[in-house]
Amino acid sequence: MRIHPRYTQGGAVAVLGGATILTLMILVFIIFFILEKGLPVINLNFLTSNPEDMGRAGGIFPTLIGTILLPLLAIIIATPLGIFTSVYLSEYTKETKVTKVIRFGTDCLAGIPSIIFGLFGYIFFVITLGFGWSIISGGLTLAVMILPTIIRTSEEAIKSVPKSYREVSFSLGATSWQTVKKVILPNALPGIVTGIMLSVGRSIGETAAVIFTAGSSLRIPSSVFDSTRTMAVHFYILAREGISAENAYGTAATLIIAVLIVNLSAYWLMNRFIAKRS
Amino acid sequence: MKLISEKGVKRLLMITAFSAISALLLIALFIINEGLPFIFKYGLKEFLFSSDWQPHLGKFGIYPMIVASLWVTLGAMLVGAPLGVAGALFLSEYVPKSVMNIIKPTIELLAAIPSVVYGFIGVMVLAPIIRDNFGGPGLSLLAGSIILGIMILPTVISISIDSILAVPRSYREGSLALGATTWQTIHMVTIKASKSGIIASIILGMGRAIGETMAVIMVAGNSVNIPHSPLDSVRTLTANIALEMSYATGLHRQALFATGVILFIVIIILNSIASVAIRKRMVKK
Repeated sequence: MRIHPRYTQGGAVAVLGGATILTLMILVFIIFFILEKGLPVINLNFLTSNPEDMGRAGGIFPTLIGTILLPLLAIIIATPLGIFTSVYLSEYTKETKVTKVIRFGTDCLAGIPSIIFGLFGYIFFVITLGFGWSIISGGLTLAVMILPTIIRTSEEAIKSVPKSYREVSFSLGATSWQTVKKVILPNALPGIVTGIMLSVGRSIGETAAVIFTAGSSLRIPSSVFDSTRTMAVHFYILAREGISAENAYGTAATLIIAVLIVNLSAYWLMNRFIAKRS
Repeated sequence: MKLISEKGVKRLLMITAFSAISALLLIALFIINEGLPFIFKYGLKEFLFSSDWQPHLGKFGIYPMIVASLWVTLGAMLVGAPLGVAGALFLSEYVPKSVMNIIKPTIELLAAIPSVVYGFIGVMVLAPIIRDNFGGPGLSLLAGSIILGIMILPTVISISIDSILAVPRSYREGSLALGATTWQTIHMVTIKASKSGIIASIILGMGRAIGETMAVIMVAGNSVNIPHSPLDSVRTLTANIALEMSYATGLHRQALFATGVILFIVIIILNSIASVAIRKRMVKK
């Protein structure tokens, strides 16, 4: 039997629209659920005091330090590598077998699960290089993990710089590197920064890659070779070992707020960038 | 002087351009170096197809974990793929572009929520619902599938939208001009033209689901057994690595790295298929 197109059209709108609304509702639910239970726990004291009794009481101050230091170290290492790679791919070479291999490698690296990064970071940085469970091991592991994101977003940003800008620069006698430095990078900057911020967002929430490389010490680190515990790892330990539901919600809410701030500013920046371009 | 520095810059950039691929090779090398000798020593068949996982007795069969990973991933696909593709079609075909430009990044926020938070939601909200309505322990294959299905939504939706939008407008206009409704145009024209991109999005989602660790540890229950129903507690390959890594030594640790080797190979295969599918789309365009 053939159903009248008017009804299939109506049915499709209902089903497809319903799926979209369901997806949005899940997102809203997750954020509100965590914030509703966690916000009452958060206050200045929670953020600035040390955990007591394994996290049953007290605050999360040392984990804030870990959560700031690890992503910071990761972007300090990955940003120059990522930007240079994307400059090379888009400005210094044509599409060849080599660039195809580089792109395929980048895509593969982006798809590697974080537990594999954790295993690798553990055997390479912690054991082989002898860095131990430390900020430096965790930061380097995260740097490898976010490298593909930075390469891709930087390349997009560089590609969106109009060709005429380059032509003007070359016609004034500038070299490739001068053009990159003075014309391309400044114009691609907002796009590049967006990629860096998305990477920071991912690093903040990362657990599997961090727990086996940076460890889970609650002491405030005094050097990059000290172990540290990030908010995500702290939250995982609190929740999984049933240490304190209240502090787990408080930590989760802080984590969600941090991730939302970083990601929303990234989108804001990207929109401004696109608006300026068109 | 200037010429030399310009050459030097090019050389430096070329070296850094190999950073990502070198990192990938380094990862492969170190995981394989730690895991492969174990596979040779223990026997690949025994490792993959024995159900006996008792590290303290020197028994390392990962078959139950393989089965669990496959079921959880399949379940996640059943939840995430239809929901994601439907969402992508709705946003790209039925909704004005200005609205889509707000909703798409909002959905991509789902990808920014840390996996431990998903796991926690699974434990606090989903597991009790399953326990009360269907019985069983709650922390189960079903809970793991639903949570992973939600986690892959942003991947499926955003890559599908990109490939749907890449379908030339003239295709749609041709179909609409023949008097087809939007839905007829979608299922007879748009989906066919963007098929390879949509499939790529689902394969990439699959890769994410197989590799996800923390959320699965929290919601799937973690008992080592071959599941007989969706309500059984299961332990996936990734969960097994993460749960035992903190205290494993010697042969046991090598067995976990060997599990990592298997995972690594599966992910590389999935990514290669997806990248071929995406490139096919680009060529067609």
